[in-house]
Amino acid sequence: MAGPGGDMQWCFSQVKGAIDDDVAEADIISTVEFNHTGELLATGDKGGRVVIFQQEIENKNQPQFRSEYNVYSTFQSHEPEFDYLKSLEIEEKINKIRWLPQKNAAQFLLSTNDKTIKLWKISERDKRPEGYNLKEDDGRYKDPNTITSLRVPVLIPMDLMVEASPRRVFANAHTYHINSISVNSDNETYLSADDLRINLWHLEITDRSFNIVDIKPANMEELTEVITAAEFHPHQCNTFVYSSSKGTIRLCDMRASALCDKHSKLFEEPEDPSNRSFFSEIISSISDVKFSHNGRYMMTRDYLSMKIWDLNMENRPVETYQVHEYLRSKLCSLYENDCIFDKFECCWNGNDSVVMTGSYNNFFRMFDRGHRRDVTLEASRENSKPMQVLKPRKVCAGGKRKKDEISVDSLDFNKKILHTAWHPQDNIIAVATTNNLYIFQDKVN
Amino acid sequence: MSGEMEETRTAEEQQEMEDKVISPEKAEEAKLKARYPNLGAKPGGSDLLRKRLQKGQKYFDSGDYNMAKAKMKNKQLPSAPTEKTEITGGHIPTPQDLPQRKTSIVASKLAG
Repeated sequence: MAGPGGDMQWCFSQVKGAIDDDVAEADIISTVEFNHTGELLATGDKGGRVVIFQQEIENKNQPQFRSEYNVYSTFQSHEPEFDYLKSLEIEEKINKIRWLPQKNAAQFLLSTNDKTIKLWKISERDKRPEGYNLKEDDGRYKDPNTITSLRVPVLIPMDLMVEASPRRVFANAHTYHINSISVNSDNETYLSADDLRINLWHLEITDRSFNIVDIKPANMEELTEVITAAEFHPHQCNTFVYSSSKGTIRLCDMRASALCDKHSKLFEEPEDPSNRSFFSEIISSISDVKFSHNGRYMMTRDYLSMKIWDLNMENRPVETYQVHEYLRSKLCSLYENDCIFDKFECCWNGNDSVVMTGSYNNFFRMFDRGHRRDVTLEASRENSKPMQVLKPRKVCAGGKRKKDEISVDSLDFNKKILHTAWHPQDNIIAVATTNNLYIFQDKVN
Repeated sequence: MSGEMEETRTAEEQQEMEDKVISPEKAEEAKLKARYPNLGAKPGGSDLLRKRLQKGQKYFDSGDYNMAKAKMKNKQLPSAPTEKTEITGGHIPTPQDLPQRKTSIVASKLAG
């Protein structure tokens, strides 16, 4: 059976997390991100914890090699805080993790909650020194009078220890809640965006940042839109985009001026005013924006669809994919249960030929741009036998439900897949359900 | 869609039906307005956005506190429109309520 990407079939590889249905709030996964080589996979959760998995390739020479991701490091990145002055509870939930490209033996990542960004260094220690002159092996200090000769301490091998340490804390720069961070291609700076402002930081400097976008109106009564996501261009270090709750994307060039309130490009699809309803603006709010790897396109995710924009064309997207159009006739209940405000993310595969996003009922969708094919798959423990091929799922929008189809009314709206990630080179994907992380890979035929 | 009964429908009903067929969104909007007649005209506007900006805000000031206290006395079942439009004042602050949140010392189950 052919799927996106030709004869690609997706198989279950691994699932991480507890099986029990009673989900502790702290265990809710809030972000998933591969590093630049795909060797490391990081997750953040509502409890402020980061877990990093490392890929261990069993046997790449085998035709059907299985790459397993095992726990590499885990640490508490952020802790809950209470701002007594503003009477504001600051959640420890990790909103985003972004890896830095590797420069030396250690790995670095940025993790952020609503208010504070931290730079974490993850390093390996596999040797320890032995034979100190002033200390015993167990650490006790020797009586200097007993030392009669000098020796050179030697490094002896030890069991691998992975340590995570916070190297920088970038705090107090955001009045509103941080929704995005993005590392610049210059590898020196990064941006952080909250609902109304975007700041530019230098990775080495924590006590100041430059404000590059400020859309706060002088009178808050005039507030009409907020920033929902922001990202640096993958190659052009002067270019970044930010999306809004009104469904527009602005591309800014930092060479134009210090404050990029005036966009260089405004991407907006014209709307038919006769189709406008109470829900129009809410469902047009962009929840995620991602540049393609080649830097020529960007993708936006709104409530019901994914759109691909050519950076050279502002007046409409070049491709639009319906994620779950059948929800359009359920908007009333989705508004009542707040699901209409769910923020789905989206991602590209390594060569920008396939895009992926999540949906409800633990379904996720892939769209093959070239072959014009799409598929709906499910992340479920029922399909979790090793290398079990995932069967495409189908939602019945109305009328007669065929066998194997699921009707819209049977969908579980509490089972949402908001976060997905695609390995930068291979066909390995990480899909986060509420509290479990699934890893799927394509079956190499 | 069957066209057998077309001649018995008025032009208005025809338009309504066409609207429903053309726009399931408008049908959903009608449903929502029927349930919550007090819903503001500007849905994506200031109210919703300000609620989003104030996420996490527990207590505002003493005026808010007193209003919340009064509201709690008269509170029956929470009605959806109120929840959708009110921004603060739903929570009465007491010293016991103040968050004593500690870090989760339990390791993530993903690492288990």
